[in-house]
Amino acid sequence: MDRDQTAIEGARDYARLVQQFAPKPNVARLVGRAFLVGGSICLAGQFVFDFFRQRQPTEVEAIALTLATMISVGVLLTALGVYDDLGELGGMGAAVPITGFANTMAAAAIDFRREGLVLGMASKMFIIAGPVIVYGIVAGILTGLAASLLRLVSGGG
Amino acid sequence: MTGKRLGQFTVQFSRPPRIVGAFTLMGPREGEGPLGKYFDAIVDDYMWGEYQPEKAERKYLEHAARRALGRAGLTEDDVDYFVAGDLMNQIVSSTFSARSLGIPHIGVFAACATSTLGLGLAAMLVDGGFARRVLVATASHYQSVERQYRYPIELNVQHKPTNQWTATGGAAAVVAAEGDGPRISQATFGRVMDWGVKDVNHMGAAMAPAATDTLLRHFQDTNTTPADYDLILTGDLARYGSKLFRELADRVGVTLGAKHMDAGASMYSPEQPSGAGASGAVCSAAVVYGYVLKEMARGRFNKVLALATGCLHNALTSQQGDSCPGVCHAVVIENG
Repeated sequence: MDRDQTAIEGARDYARLVQQFAPKPNVARLVGRAFLVGGSICLAGQFVFDFFRQRQPTEVEAIALTLATMISVGVLLTALGVYDDLGELGGMGAAVPITGFANTMAAAAIDFRREGLVLGMASKMFIIAGPVIVYGIVAGILTGLAASLLRLVSGGG
Repeated sequence: MTGKRLGQFTVQFSRPPRIVGAFTLMGPREGEGPLGKYFDAIVDDYMWGEYQPEKAERKYLEHAARRALGRAGLTEDDVDYFVAGDLMNQIVSSTFSARSLGIPHIGVFAACATSTLGLGLAAMLVDGGFARRVLVATASHYQSVERQYRYPIELNVQHKPTNQWTATGGAAAVVAAEGDGPRISQATFGRVMDWGVKDVNHMGAAMAPAATDTLLRHFQDTNTTPADYDLILTGDLARYGSKLFRELADRVGVTLGAKHMDAGASMYSPEQPSGAGASGAVCSAAVVYGYVLKEMARGRFNKVLALATGCLHNALTSQQGDSCPGVCHAVVIENG
């Protein structure tokens, strides 16, 4: 008997077999939940913004206060152990809003606090959020460059 | 050669050693599952008073090891080797437990197949006359595993249905040349099989080929079929891995039917959301050292083929584009 790995028949079309026996997710339900969770968070954010807009001299202050509030809510819900359940339910609906970003940092901070404040928490706080920051900035730079180039080319100042 | 080898992959023990004591110590979720009553102790706080889950995991392992010795009526001095492994980098739960036990330590790694690898190795040591008694142990903790392999605990991750939940607990057993208990009559250590599953969220699929390979080799070497066993228990294949395993087995002419049970698929009830089922080094260990041994003592099972499976990726290999190899180690445990 040979010791060849393909001795069990079907090695070659295993990927197809795995797919065949894989659970089929209910896409409609998942999308619906993402919409409801994400939408609710954004709706809450809108209420917060409207509240501050009435009390602040300009829109910029209102935006800043809204962001601070929503980030705090995200951190609080993470600390209470609730935000991960929201993520389980709403997927991207919980991950995309700024509360999700706050969750990534708070979750990492909480977890790695166990290895100390410097080498643990502070060092690894951005472990999930890092790509968002890096590529967000890169995208901003590229967009800014493209916009400047366009302005230059179209002869404006 | 003293004729202990059977076929190409299996060894047969000439004086099969006995499992003379065992102890399973599990977390609250495991205690509330369908097999809860088979575990010897349940810890009501996952962290067991520790600040870091790694320290808690160590505590589970060491405690299970000591209590298993107690069950066998032995002390550390009566045991010649401590064969232990776990899922942590550098198997620190085992090595740090070995530090306090003071028994010569044989560290092993087979991911979630540690339970049967340990039993098989212990049986070899005893049957070969190299040890009078061997203590085998393993543990896992959902938090320490998540931190090392996946994500921070409070991160908003939407798990896939094929994801598994790492079982928390420690399990240990004592294998000896003499004493009361079922014997380990044969062992079949498996080859590492990789059929190209890159999805780390589907460990069951990664391990199923290894399980089928070891199962097939064992049957061929021993000239047996499922009919010769009262139970064929696989490790952490869980719901979808089990389906794939049964299909693959079917394709090589092995029909398992009702004899097959999977530890991962049995650890939690449908009311306990856990994706496809349990995983973790302690999963198969708790079911073998807890459920199986107790049911064998009752006479419900007399001959069991236990095949624990392990998924051998680490956090880096999947990021580097590697697929997940699997391994499966089998032992035969029988009454009489």
